[in-house]
Amino acid sequence: MPNVLDIRRRIRSVKSTRQITKAMKMVSAAKLRRAQERALAARPYAQLLTNVLRSLVQRADVTDPETGKAQHPLLETRPEQNIVLVVVTGDRGLAGGFNSNLLKAAQRFLDSKSGVNVDVECVGRKGRDYFRRRYPAQPATEERGAAVRVTGEHLGILKVPQFSHVSPIAEDIIDRYTNGEIDAVYVLFNEFKSVIAQRLVVEQVLPVGSIGERDIEQAIELSTEERERAGEAATSAGVSLEAQDTTEIDRHAATFATAPVDYIYEQPAVTLFRALLPRYVIAQIYRAMLESVAAEHAARMTAMDSATNNAGELIDSLTLTMNRARQAAITKEIIEIVSGAAAL
Amino acid sequence: MADTIELEIVTPERLVVKDKAEEIQIPGRNGYLGILPGHAPLITELAVGEITYVNAGVSTSLSVAWGFAEVLADKVTIIAEAAERAEDIDVPRAEAARERAQEQLKKAEDAAQFDEAYLAIARADARLAVAKKQ
Repeated sequence: MPNVLDIRRRIRSVKSTRQITKAMKMVSAAKLRRAQERALAARPYAQLLTNVLRSLVQRADVTDPETGKAQHPLLETRPEQNIVLVVVTGDRGLAGGFNSNLLKAAQRFLDSKSGVNVDVECVGRKGRDYFRRRYPAQPATEERGAAVRVTGEHLGILKVPQFSHVSPIAEDIIDRYTNGEIDAVYVLFNEFKSVIAQRLVVEQVLPVGSIGERDIEQAIELSTEERERAGEAATSAGVSLEAQDTTEIDRHAATFATAPVDYIYEQPAVTLFRALLPRYVIAQIYRAMLESVAAEHAARMTAMDSATNNAGELIDSLTLTMNRARQAAITKEIIEIVSGAAAL
Repeated sequence: MADTIELEIVTPERLVVKDKAEEIQIPGRNGYLGILPGHAPLITELAVGEITYVNAGVSTSLSVAWGFAEVLADKVTIIAEAAERAEDIDVPRAEAARERAQEQLKKAEDAAQFDEAYLAIARADARLAVAKKQ
């Protein structure tokens, strides 16, 4: 029979762990709320940009009428030989399967693109660590028949993703595309609509396809179980399950640059188009990061809620064992006394 | 015709301004534009510079770095990569950025580097000019 004192010590330790996980859950819930607000605040900009682009596409020729070639290098499609994969993970762990699911999906993506050179841009420490270990400095791994290189590491920008931090990363990728160094750009991230509506997606951002439509290569939805867990965690932390109401913002933004009037264009449509297209791509990448941050907090909140529940169960079962052990000890003592008395 | 225009300035991070104005000045790419109520519908790219608007006799300035404006008779919507009010501008930082850019300008070897440094100076100047008005 285990020692009562030992069990008591164990219970105390589990209790303090539970306190920590509970606190972490509440912190994540608060951070999640803020991240959601930020993602919401970014919507009008992206939406407005999309609208102008859309209305411009109708007015300007996006392909050269004579040669049939795209007017802008970002619209050009080439056979994929060198591609960039932007992997948006978290900087920190303790978020359940958040990071490992992302990395598993990244690996699957790399496997599906065998024979293609992939440059990986890591956003977040967890992804950086993984790719560094998996694909150390020497390029050209035999199994794939093509190289995987880590070309960029961006740590610490996810705490509060700022546009001014994200845009240089995106600009660098756009430059590489324009120079023909790469033929396609994919972003792997956790899409976040609400706590129970999330999915892991690989989105193609370059070449630009149809404006305003998203080009999802792969998507993994939450399982029903995961969704239920996340729902419970959110309810107990006071986070709304509903996706935020964006209809007002979207409706408002939808009118931008689409009024049924004849606009005076200060610059030729093609010039405007050229200025807007890179911004459109940057806005997409920015959005990916904002959503990923919200998803990370949601994942951590759920994980910590589970941990808190598990700790509670553990404490219950330990208390039971402890009581049993104490009872056994008392019974033993009584037997000793009684049999001692009987022996007299 | 109404005597004020609705003005909205949106950046990737937030809605910076939602206000009414009697008069707005925006830095178009081909030069500054003055906008009064009833302006003809217009779409323009913005350069680096300052947006000034007058509401009930009070004039407000914001620095802006690249953007895009839609002008309608009663509404002006601006999307900008960055837009800052005078009180949000970090003067020492803008000054430091200006000095850094000037160094780069001296060292610039090709047209692209020159342009980049020149743009950075313009951005810093716009910020400083707005900050001074406070």
